[in-house]
Amino acid sequence: MKVLVPVKRVIDYNVKARVKADGSGVDLANVKMSMNPFDEIAVEEAIRLKERGVATEVLVVSIGAKQAQETLRTALAMGADRAILIETDDVEPLAVAKLLAKVVAEEEPGLVLTGKQAIDNDMNATGQMLAALLGWPQATFASAVTVEGDGVTVTREVDGGLQTIRLRLPAVVTADLRLNEPRYASLPNIMKAKSKPLATRVPADFGVDITPRLTVVDTREPAARKAGIKVGSVEELVAKLRDEAGVL
Amino acid sequence: MTETRTLRAKDAPDLARFEWDDPFRLESQLSEEERMLRDAARAYAAEKLQPRVIAAFRDETTDPAIFREMGEMGLLGPTTPEAYGGIGASYVAYGLIAREVERVDSGYRSMMSVQSSLVMYPIYAYGTEEQRLKYLPRLANGEWIGCFGLTEPDAGSDPAGMKTIARKTAGGYVLNGSKTWISNAPIADVFVVWAKSEAHGGKIRGFVLEKGVKGLSAPKIAGKLSLRASITGEIVMQDVEVGEDALLPHVEGLKGPFGCLNRARYGISWGVLGAAEFCFHAARQYGLDRKQFGKPLAGTQLFQLKLADMMTQITLGLQASLQVGRLLDRAEAAPEMISLVKRNNAGRALEIARMARDMHGGNGIQEEYQVIRHMVNLETVNTYEGTHDIHALILGRAITGLQAFF
Repeated sequence: MKVLVPVKRVIDYNVKARVKADGSGVDLANVKMSMNPFDEIAVEEAIRLKERGVATEVLVVSIGAKQAQETLRTALAMGADRAILIETDDVEPLAVAKLLAKVVAEEEPGLVLTGKQAIDNDMNATGQMLAALLGWPQATFASAVTVEGDGVTVTREVDGGLQTIRLRLPAVVTADLRLNEPRYASLPNIMKAKSKPLATRVPADFGVDITPRLTVVDTREPAARKAGIKVGSVEELVAKLRDEAGVL
Repeated sequence: MTETRTLRAKDAPDLARFEWDDPFRLESQLSEEERMLRDAARAYAAEKLQPRVIAAFRDETTDPAIFREMGEMGLLGPTTPEAYGGIGASYVAYGLIAREVERVDSGYRSMMSVQSSLVMYPIYAYGTEEQRLKYLPRLANGEWIGCFGLTEPDAGSDPAGMKTIARKTAGGYVLNGSKTWISNAPIADVFVVWAKSEAHGGKIRGFVLEKGVKGLSAPKIAGKLSLRASITGEIVMQDVEVGEDALLPHVEGLKGPFGCLNRARYGISWGVLGAAEFCFHAARQYGLDRKQFGKPLAGTQLFQLKLADMMTQITLGLQASLQVGRLLDRAEAAPEMISLVKRNNAGRALEIARMARDMHGGNGIQEEYQVIRHMVNLETVNTYEGTHDIHALILGRAITGLQAFF
């Protein structure tokens, strides 16, 4: 079974994002970028499936700027077999899902594993849209994935606890934080990844219209948290919760 | 009428934004491969080395498993070609790795530098094909630990004054002498030792000895108050008999050990800046968090002056080491360039660590804050592999053409 893992190049999770002065978006000039951590978990899971003999090939796909090649090489260094970069400007989840659906049609994977959301815009949409476009079953927020025969059993992290569902393959599964702890690439594997195949395509190859349908109206920094106050008594606390916070 | 005029981007009044933790954009001067190798080394150092260093330093213990781990990660002898177990990395990548490991501890970087530059390099550069194939793969994967014996009790800055001697026998050589301040020695499997060889007119020659050979011992030097996470010992050789195959045939004279030391010193020039960056970042954070007289320490002029000096020296040092690394990769580097960056960066890093210790106030002496560990480690790094003063004499000789060593 071939496993397809879409990965996104995002602003590094350690970097404090800065909003551009004109509010048009986040300033990415000279900012450290890396693989979306949830996608990294998906890559790790796919590699583990291959190590267990369940998957035969791990194919990673990224859609974005030329530099997303680095993200793909990281995945190859972790243990993925092959990569495709669809080079384009920033695209919305629907366009990503449409492009991925075309890749799926070409590559015919048995499973698409990806992060539940990208940490840059937190859309949490691509996996779901892709499943809808393909007409495949989907399992989001996975914290355990077991492939057996023609199905996959997925434990999902839901509000009340854990939910276990079984899906027919092929399916789309999106990874949550606790699915696994991704390995880091060793230096020899980084060097070896240089000779693994990385194909570059453009959206036009797939005949997909990627024109944005959303308009960013404004981008702002989160409001700074105000300092806390000390109250003198329980009565004062209750009064403030009732009158000022309005939570009682 | 509206006048249309063009202003080239470089002439625009608004300049780019400044990053205090990467002032000259080192990031943009590295290749994708170099950044990836660096990030992998950083992840290993942060996740596997950082959690054990405080106890290892306090208890003066060296975990030999670190060599295996480093070997698995590919940190040992990374510039060695793949055929011998290395990854054929650039010298810039080697420097970046040293910086990440020393960000955690100079002792861990020392363990790695010795194995890479002082043991694997001479076997690769001066050894036979047989010696390369025998030793390098197992040194690269960390199965074997190596050490390098040059310094003697009476021959430090003046290695030509060494007394260790190799006498010719029917089938090889017999070695006598003692070496001191040898990193890794007590746990080493492979010893690269330099001795004056009678059969070669008293010239200095390199020999590869193996643990367990009769007459070879390597007692630990205890009581170090610096580099305590990295074991150090002596090498004592009493009638150690080796075959002809122990001789490194392709070099003679001091250029043998110096060829190794040049590469190690270059790595040190990067490594110390990792330690300095740790101290700089720690001092900055401490200054932002610690409030006295109703405001953060970092809001005072004396504190900011120190931070500005730290950032400046680290930034200049990184650019210098990067340039020397690029020249090394093009086979255009001179030893004096390496003396310049080793001396400058080690000295500056030591000053930065002392400043950081001071800026932490009383907390600065506590192991949890880690700056005093870096500070005492850097005292050694400023001294070993050519002291700060000796490198000044090398530079002085290059400037004037007059040697002032003796």
